[in-house]
Amino acid sequence: MLNRINPPAFHPIENINIINPDSIELTNGVKLFVFSAGEEDLVRMQWVFENADFQPTKPIINSALSAMLLEGTSKYSSAQIAEKIDFYGAYLFPEYSYDHTSLNLITLTKYLDKLLPFIIEILNDAIFPQQEIDTYKRNSKQALKISLEKNDYIARRQFNNALFGKSSYGYIQEANDFDQLNQDDLQSLFKEQIIPANCTLFVSGNISSTTLNYINNCIEDQWINKSVKSKVTIPVFKTLPPQQILIEKEKALQSAIRIGQLSIQRSHADFPTFQVLNATLGGYFGSRLMMNIREDKGYTYGIGSGLASMKYAGFFTISSEVGTAVCADTLKEIEFEINRLKTEKISEEELLLVKNYLLGSMLGSLENVFSHTDKFKQAYFSGLTLDYYDYYTQQVKDVTAEDLLVLANKYLDFDQMIRVIVGKI
Amino acid sequence: MVKYNRFILKNGLRVLVHEAPETPMAVVNILYDVGARDEDPEQTGFAHLFEHLMFGGSLNIPQYDKPLQLVGGENNAFTSNDITNYYITLPAVNIETAFWLESDRMLSLAFGEKSLEVQRNVVCEEFKQRYLNQPYGDVWLKLRPLAYKKHPYRWATIGKELSHIENAKIEDVKAFFKKHYNPQNAILVVAGDVKTDEIKLLAEKWFEPIPSGESYQRNLPIEPEQQEARRETVYADVPTNSIYIAFHMHSRTDDRYYSADLISDLLSQGQSSRLYRRLLKEQKIFSEINAYVTGSIDAGLFVVEGKPLPEISMETAEEAIWDELEKMKTDFVLDYELEKVKNKIESTMVFSEMSILNKAMNLAYFELLGDAEQINTETEKYLTISLEDIKNFSADLFRKENSSTLIYLSQAHA
Repeated sequence: MLNRINPPAFHPIENINIINPDSIELTNGVKLFVFSAGEEDLVRMQWVFENADFQPTKPIINSALSAMLLEGTSKYSSAQIAEKIDFYGAYLFPEYSYDHTSLNLITLTKYLDKLLPFIIEILNDAIFPQQEIDTYKRNSKQALKISLEKNDYIARRQFNNALFGKSSYGYIQEANDFDQLNQDDLQSLFKEQIIPANCTLFVSGNISSTTLNYINNCIEDQWINKSVKSKVTIPVFKTLPPQQILIEKEKALQSAIRIGQLSIQRSHADFPTFQVLNATLGGYFGSRLMMNIREDKGYTYGIGSGLASMKYAGFFTISSEVGTAVCADTLKEIEFEINRLKTEKISEEELLLVKNYLLGSMLGSLENVFSHTDKFKQAYFSGLTLDYYDYYTQQVKDVTAEDLLVLANKYLDFDQMIRVIVGKI
Repeated sequence: MVKYNRFILKNGLRVLVHEAPETPMAVVNILYDVGARDEDPEQTGFAHLFEHLMFGGSLNIPQYDKPLQLVGGENNAFTSNDITNYYITLPAVNIETAFWLESDRMLSLAFGEKSLEVQRNVVCEEFKQRYLNQPYGDVWLKLRPLAYKKHPYRWATIGKELSHIENAKIEDVKAFFKKHYNPQNAILVVAGDVKTDEIKLLAEKWFEPIPSGESYQRNLPIEPEQQEARRETVYADVPTNSIYIAFHMHSRTDDRYYSADLISDLLSQGQSSRLYRRLLKEQKIFSEINAYVTGSIDAGLFVVEGKPLPEISMETAEEAIWDELEKMKTDFVLDYELEKVKNKIESTMVFSEMSILNKAMNLAYFELLGDAEQINTETEKYLTISLEDIKNFSADLFRKENSSTLIYLSQAHA
């Protein structure tokens, strides 16, 4: 008779191996990392540029630069660029994040030679035509208007603003910011930022030596720009004192909640163990917040917590959308769960569960060559090497219930948190 | 090219295995052949509510998530109008845990009143979060009953209204399980660092003892052909006006599905597509515009949706869409354009093979449609579509009497 009561034998996760990239310094100043694995004949290239300083008088220019990078060169119109990329079945898209602006290409290897020279043309000579700026203004204003009807969106930007003030991390976009955008400003930012000396390039896929040679030659021969990387200033953030910020929405059915505080970055020695603590509280489906607020009380569809690590700061945050009638009670339960971590030792059973979950999740996040690259990037831009993941794994395996109690008291303090509520309480 | 092996257990459970030794992980995907279309019109939202209850404990295992997390695994599920799909990702060395968990809940559920009560609330909050507390969130709650009058696609997976969920009784839910959750109505796909022989042994050990259950005979009302244009205008508290036009098209298994899908790509795939280029960039009529197919198993919908810019009247916006649709009916698209969207189909198929979860879900879905091998022949079907097919099928599709138009007028403008 089959025993369905006892679980099958469990095999612990021993090793997590991340592909070590080849690293090459190109003659034009680009730092290149190459990750080769997999069977599919495709290539992903990511040009990553460090963002230039936030300019309080031109607060959205950095994100506009990214959004409009593909809108035309001296030789090609926005329409021609779009045609070319679509014709070869490729994806080419800029991405803007807190610290970086990237241009990403995913293509079948067989079309790389049709696309790469063309993309270098864009990197050399994007011109931001006025009529495309007008389109961008028009559509972005309308999109912003729609976003401002979403409580979750409002809560997120209000929270970031409370932590980081008027900076690239905390700035609150207004519709009239778009009116200031102009071609001269965008072109000068482009010339300052989108240059080889400010570029780290990640190439991943099934990369043969022929493909790699082709990429190197193309980039060295065609992307020539002697501009020196401009100095970035370390930002100073104006953080609001701990408080509750309520933005009332009369007709809300649910309130969006964001609660959190400034915290440590990935490069801090405690970061991996703090991730264990975070997972316990709200970092996975079986977390205490989910178990209490969703699975026991049914107040929400989802609640979670997370750690964000950026170049100049880190923060901890809890977010959820809950029925307005149970919003106040949800806040109480969040406070209760935070305090429980600070006063009660976690059971060995729960600790083991969280550890195994995190190790499995780390292994699962390395599904293909692209995800290996992403892991590397995460460490690299925190000033770390791949050794970080060995350290992470070891720390997760070794952390004790006592350690977590200490960490909770060191890093989590409900009374010191910013609490943003959009809706009703 | 996705290689796989296939076998059927004595109780009728279909099993497919895709060996992918390049990853240390494995995916276990179980598709149940039941969706919102199989619901009683007075008890809508059940298939989805039921999906939530599947995590509330089974006959021999009081808690589903914990033992899985303990071996480093994760899981989730989704419900559509056609299917309910559950999936686990875990380190391949611990694959047996997935068999243990999934076979026990296929054998019998054991959730209680408390679990039902909580999940009713969770689903109600989901209803609010996704459909009610978002601008335009209720569009499918309105567009479905406008386009479908008889077929159960007339309600969304979340259900027609909150009260159907609020009134769900434990007996009803149990009857639903008995009717739909058995080996005959399920497809199991395992992908990742596994060997077919091992999976066969595990499947025989854990799933084969489950009684095959009753086979469910689906007998859904057929949607009668639409005879006249339908229209609904909503005056709503939304930030801007918005338009949705839905056309009836063919089922997923009809060859004309591929033409419709390519037409939607010609119109709105990428920034070089017709609607984006002409109506958003050149004529400056819309701030957003899209065309897509629902891709449902029974006859689905082809949808065009857009948000006109503030100074544009809804009449102008609607006319502009129809102008473009008319061109698809009267003129051939360029050879070049058709080649372009076909190239995109080909590359997207390769990109999607980077994920074992994607491959596992697709294998299960094509097996349900009739033949898992379709995962490898799909691209070919798109490549055979001709310029004539595009024109003829556009003419068939884009008729006023085949359209249901839903318009949101922002109250500020009304």
